[in-house]
Amino acid sequence: MEYLPNILFFILLAAGIGYFTFNIREVIRNIKIGREIDASDHKKERWNNVMRIALGQSKMVVRPVSGIMHIFVYVGFIIINIEVLEIIIDGIFGTHRILSFLGPVYDILIASFEILALLVLVGVIVFWIRRNIQKLRRFWAREMKGWPKDDANYILYFEMVLMVLFLTMNAADLQLQGINPHYVEAGAFPISGLISPLFDGLSEATLIAIERSAWWLHIIGILVFLNYLYFSKHLHIILAFPNVYFGKVVPKGKFKNLESVTNEVKLMMDPNADPFAAPAEDEADAEPDKFGASDVMDLSRIQLLNAYTCTECGRCTSECPANLTGKKLSPRKIMMDTRDRIEEVGKNISKNGEFKPDGKQLLDDYILREELWACTTCNACVEACPVSIDPLSIIMDMRQYLVMEQSAAPNELNVAMTNIENNGAPWPYNQMDRLNWNDEA
Amino acid sequence: MSEPIKVPTMAEYMAEGKKPEVLFWVGCSGSFDDRAKKITKAFVKLLHNAKVDFAVLGTEESCTGDPAKRAGNEFLFQMQAMTNIEVLNGYEIKKIVTACPHCFNTIKNEYPELGGNYDIVHHTQFLKSLLDEGRLKVEGGKFKGKKITFHDPCYLGRANGEYEAPRDLLRKLEVELVEMRRCKSRGLCCGAGGAQMFKEPEEGQKDVNIERTEEALETQPSVIAAACPFCNTMMTDGVKGKEKENDVAVMDVAEMIANAEDL
Repeated sequence: MEYLPNILFFILLAAGIGYFTFNIREVIRNIKIGREIDASDHKKERWNNVMRIALGQSKMVVRPVSGIMHIFVYVGFIIINIEVLEIIIDGIFGTHRILSFLGPVYDILIASFEILALLVLVGVIVFWIRRNIQKLRRFWAREMKGWPKDDANYILYFEMVLMVLFLTMNAADLQLQGINPHYVEAGAFPISGLISPLFDGLSEATLIAIERSAWWLHIIGILVFLNYLYFSKHLHIILAFPNVYFGKVVPKGKFKNLESVTNEVKLMMDPNADPFAAPAEDEADAEPDKFGASDVMDLSRIQLLNAYTCTECGRCTSECPANLTGKKLSPRKIMMDTRDRIEEVGKNISKNGEFKPDGKQLLDDYILREELWACTTCNACVEACPVSIDPLSIIMDMRQYLVMEQSAAPNELNVAMTNIENNGAPWPYNQMDRLNWNDEA
Repeated sequence: MSEPIKVPTMAEYMAEGKKPEVLFWVGCSGSFDDRAKKITKAFVKLLHNAKVDFAVLGTEESCTGDPAKRAGNEFLFQMQAMTNIEVLNGYEIKKIVTACPHCFNTIKNEYPELGGNYDIVHHTQFLKSLLDEGRLKVEGGKFKGKKITFHDPCYLGRANGEYEAPRDLLRKLEVELVEMRRCKSRGLCCGAGGAQMFKEPEEGQKDVNIERTEEALETQPSVIAAACPFCNTMMTDGVKGKEKENDVAVMDVAEMIANAEDL
């Protein structure tokens, strides 16, 4: 019976990490639904971006209030993980504050965890107020109704509770230090030292009960939260790093070249090409490349990773000229729709072993044409994203599908494109008149 | 008025066995749009004034394909691009300048993969270099002390990271440069990019150019400076929509310089 807590702890830990691993494998499998893409270029620049944008949070602080609060929560999350390491060792071996042998270093560690915990608490409360009291416009958009709105608040509650439990645990521990030999006298407690007097006069047994409950609830909370990630928008705490690595490293104005089109255009322009040539043996049966994207399988793996990384902060949408002027387009919704569709396809694969057509697709069933055609390709969304997501690339791929596979461009655009084809300008002017401006006064 | 400036074409240069220092890529707007033609002429005056040896393609120029690509028509884009590249490579063009950020972006970023490698600059960058080399003189003149706000074209700014060249030129004009709330990397689009120039906007509460014009007017400028023919049109329409056309002008940076010098 003596080892019951240790065994219980070990089972919880294994179950928590096991289920999380299972789900992450599903995320990876789902991302692989997308087309392979070569991102082996610009290594140095990519690592620089990871350092600057992901680790350094450089894009977060473009908006100072949420940026600084986010840095509190982010640094808190990273640093307090050291504490979690201690909790795990203690839990498995039944020790208490195993790292306390570090002496003064341990004091500094605990003190900084406490200060960070308070800062996280402050940050999370400010976030909650911005969402629910201040009701910032970007948190109340059309796509933020129902689950996305609740999801965001659940995450904040989780973090509040975890921090309160952590500080409560330390406050009770501080009372027990010197009373109970199991509780080693170690650590500095600048924050919980202020809460600790609340526990004055409580019996040793009560204090132990408080300390143990807080300790267990804290670690269970962390494991639950870890497993909540997969179901929420909060995966960015892990995926932000690879996502920034795979982010765009060429000028934002450079849109990707469609190789399959290049080959055909070259053939068209080659005076020596035989128009009646039979296709090469191996090409005869091959299905021609589909142009653009109508569903998630047509997107690249990076675009699907983008969708899983999106934490729905809405900075993209709040800078989008189309959205700002009341159009249906919201770059955040493009990412949310993409993820919803990936997960639908993923479930389909889990159930059937492979994807069985379900009569649905990303286009029309999720993303509307009206949204796609409202984009000015201004790159404001790409610039705004703190984790290098590129909603514009998905919009462009879907436009390509609409135009090249379905000839479904808005009529005025068809007129402009016909003009370009016939007379080399989007307007109906004669190419021979191109230099006329020179003769006009 | 001074003598009309002779604008040579590449064909003429070729016939004479000459090569220009730079090719001026005029673009469709600059060639056909009545408002944008004025920018073209102003820029030509500046080139002439700085004794730049330049030529144009004239009737051999064709749409870069930018609106086609951004509308999703990669076929048409690549047809345009490859045709243009054949012409440019045929003339062994090395250096290009254009007054249109869309042409600039397309030739700079999207032509190399199709075999077109040129040193292309936007006209504000080119003017800036002429200034630095002492070939072009820009001094206060007409706009000295006037309140001017600069609207960043998306395809010059965010798309290619050039925010300072046009601003440097404006500073040379000794204007009082006032920034809009959203500027530089966070500048708001005029609403014309991504082939929107050629279609009606989707249903919404407001047109993008009105939103941007309102923001520009908040700075109470005497001139809204632009550096893109599309932005110019959108902002001009916006100013008219707000019935401010008698108080606020929309001008290209090149026009302002030419105007300040009374060229």
